[in-house]
Amino acid sequence: MPEGAAPILDVSGLKTVFTTRSGEVHAVNSVSFNLAPGELLGVVGESGSGKSVTMMSLIGLLPSPPAEIRGGTAMFDGHDMLAMSQDELRQIRGSRIGFVFQDPMTSLNPVFSVGFQLMEPLRVHMNMNKAQARARAIELLELVGIPDAESRLDNFPHQFSGGMRQRVMIAIALACDPQILIADEPTTALDVTIQAQILELVKELRQKLGMAIIWITHDLGVIAGIADRVRVMYGGQVVEQAPVRELFSNPLHPYTRALLETLPGFVGARSKRLRTIEGQPPSLDRQPTSCPFRTRCRHANDQCARENPPIRTIANGHDVACFWRPDA
Amino acid sequence: MFNFTVRRLLFTIPTLLFISFVIFFILDAAPSDPTGNLPLTIPPDVREKIRASLGLDQPMIVRYLLWCKQFFINEPLNLLDQWGLHLGDPDRLRVISFQTRSPVVDMIAERMPQTLWVVGMSYVVGVMIALPIGIISAVRQYSWFDQLGTFISMIGFSVPTFFTGVLMIVVFSTIVPRDSFFWFPSIYDTTLKVTDWASFGAQVRQMAMPVFVLALYNAAQISRFMRASMLDNLNQDYVRTARAKGLRERTVLLVHVLRNSLIPVITVIALGVPQVFGGAIITEQVFKVNGLGQLLIIAIQGGDIPTVQTLTFIFAVLIVLFNLIADILYGILDPRIRYD
Repeated sequence: MPEGAAPILDVSGLKTVFTTRSGEVHAVNSVSFNLAPGELLGVVGESGSGKSVTMMSLIGLLPSPPAEIRGGTAMFDGHDMLAMSQDELRQIRGSRIGFVFQDPMTSLNPVFSVGFQLMEPLRVHMNMNKAQARARAIELLELVGIPDAESRLDNFPHQFSGGMRQRVMIAIALACDPQILIADEPTTALDVTIQAQILELVKELRQKLGMAIIWITHDLGVIAGIADRVRVMYGGQVVEQAPVRELFSNPLHPYTRALLETLPGFVGARSKRLRTIEGQPPSLDRQPTSCPFRTRCRHANDQCARENPPIRTIANGHDVACFWRPDA
Repeated sequence: MFNFTVRRLLFTIPTLLFISFVIFFILDAAPSDPTGNLPLTIPPDVREKIRASLGLDQPMIVRYLLWCKQFFINEPLNLLDQWGLHLGDPDRLRVISFQTRSPVVDMIAERMPQTLWVVGMSYVVGVMIALPIGIISAVRQYSWFDQLGTFISMIGFSVPTFFTGVLMIVVFSTIVPRDSFFWFPSIYDTTLKVTDWASFGAQVRQMAMPVFVLALYNAAQISRFMRASMLDNLNQDYVRTARAKGLRERTVLLVHVLRNSLIPVITVIALGVPQVFGGAIITEQVFKVNGLGQLLIIAIQGGDIPTVQTLTFIFAVLIVLFNLIADILYGILDPRIRYD
C-alpha cells in the first residue's frame, strides 16, 4: 500500500437517514474514511451497522425516498459525488466504480444472457460496438476464470453455478476498468470452498489490475486474509479503523475486542464456550448523543452516556471512537 | 420447443373431442325445445314430425356422431371445395341451423368481422392503454397518477359493461344533440361499407362507444396485473445490479424490469383472447352489434342446438389454442423454461 498517497476516495461526515412510517432511521452517522489507490479496505460490522448503506449512499443507489443524504462530502477524483446530479453519478457507476453484490443467484437478470449483461456497461460507458463489446466480454470472462468463455457468453444465468455467477458479477464490475471496486458481502452466499476461490480470484485480479477495493463483510476471517486496512462499523458509525495487523493484534474498541473474542482460536487452548456479545444492536431512530455500544459494553461509564465519543487517532493510522483505554 | 408444440397440438385432439362431447351432452340434457317457439296451434303430432325432421328422434349418441361427421369431415371438405380442391361427393350435409336452415359455419363467417373489429379492437386498445398505465403506476407508486389509475381500474372492473354501455348511450346518443361532434350512434350498422373518408369516419364513430366500454373493462384488469408484476420486479436484486452498471433509468425499467414483468402479463393477455371471439356477449347486445355473441344469444333462445354446439365448440378450440400459445410465449420470454 502506497504510504501517504493522495486518497482516491475521501468521505467525510456522511449522514444518511431513512424516513419510514414509524419515524426516521439514522443509518449512517457522520462516517468519514478514505481510500488510497490500490488499497483494499475491509469494512466489518454486524447486520444493520450501516456498512452497505454507506457505500450505496456514495453512489446514489439508495431509493430516495425513503433514503436521504443529510450531509457530508465524498471526494472522488476531485469532485464531490454527493453533490453530483443523478446523471453524473450514473456515468461513474459501472465505469469508474464497479459493484459486486451479495447474492449472485438473484443479482443477475434471469431473462438476459450473461453476455448481454456483461456487454451492457461496455456499450454504455465505452461506446463499443457489438463486436468490440463481445470480444472484450470474452476477455473478461477469461479474466475471472470462466472456462470456455466464448460459448458461455450466450448462456443464461440459471445455467451457471453460484460461484460462476459471482465470477460473472465480478467480470461485470470490472468491465470498464474501474478505479474502485465495491464488493458488498460477495462471498456470504457462497459455500466455503467457492468462497476461497473467489477470494483468490480477487487477490489475483487486484495484482493484475491495481484497483482499490472496498470489501464489505461480517466475516473477520476473510478480512484478515485480504485486507490492507480495516474499518469497524457499529450503529451507523465508524468505531475503529486500523491497518489489518494492527487491528487484529491490538484492538482498542471494546466492540472490536468483543468481535475478535467471538471467533474460535486456532492456537492454544480453546475456551469452553465462545464469547457472545450480549444485548441488542441500538435502535437508530435519532442522531446518537451517546456511545451506541454503551449498553453492551463492559467498560462503559457515565461519560459514555453523556456524549458520543469522537473518533481519535491513537497511533499511526489507528483511529478509535472510545473513551476507554485498554492499558489505562 | 418444436417437439413440445407438436406434442401439445396432438394432445389437443382428444381434449377437444372430449369437450365437444361434454357440450353436446349438456345441451341435450337442457330442457330447451327447438319447437317451443312455434305457435301453440300446431298440434302435437305435427310438432313431433317437425322434431323428427330435425333429427331429434335419434338417440343422443347418434346425433353426436352425426354432428362430428358434419363438423369435422364435411365442413373442412366444403372449405376445400371453395378453394377449388374437390374431394368426394360435393352433395354432403353441413351443420345446418334449426332456426335459419342455413349452414352454421356460413353464419359464423358472416358475423366474425363485426366481432373481430369491435371486440378485437377493444381488446387491442385495452392492452395498449393498460400496459403503459400499469408501468407508470408501478414506477410512480402512490403518486397521484397511480391513485387515479387505481380509482379508474376499480370503476372499470366493478361496474358491469351493460351499465357503462347504457350510460354511454344515454349521454352520447340522447343528451348530446344530434348535430354535435360528440354525438355517437347507439346502434352498430353492419351494412355500412367503408369506401371513402366520410364512411370511414362513420365506421369509427359507430365503433367508438362499444370499443370504449370494452376497452375500459379490459384495461382495468390488465393494468392491475401489469402494475403488480412491475412492483414485484422493481425490488429485485438484478434491478440494483442494472443501476450499479450505470444504465439509464429508462433502460433499467423498460429493458430489465419490463421484460421480467411481462412474463405473467402476457399469459393473462393470451388467455383473454378467446373472450374476444366469445364476443363480449352483453356489450354486443347493448350496442346491437350483430357479432358472434349476439348469434349465440339468439341461438340459445331459439333452442338452435347445432348453432350453439358449433359456436361453443369453436370457443373451446380457441381457449385450448391460446392456452398453448401462452405456454409457448412463456418459453420464449423466460429462458429458464424449456420444454425439451
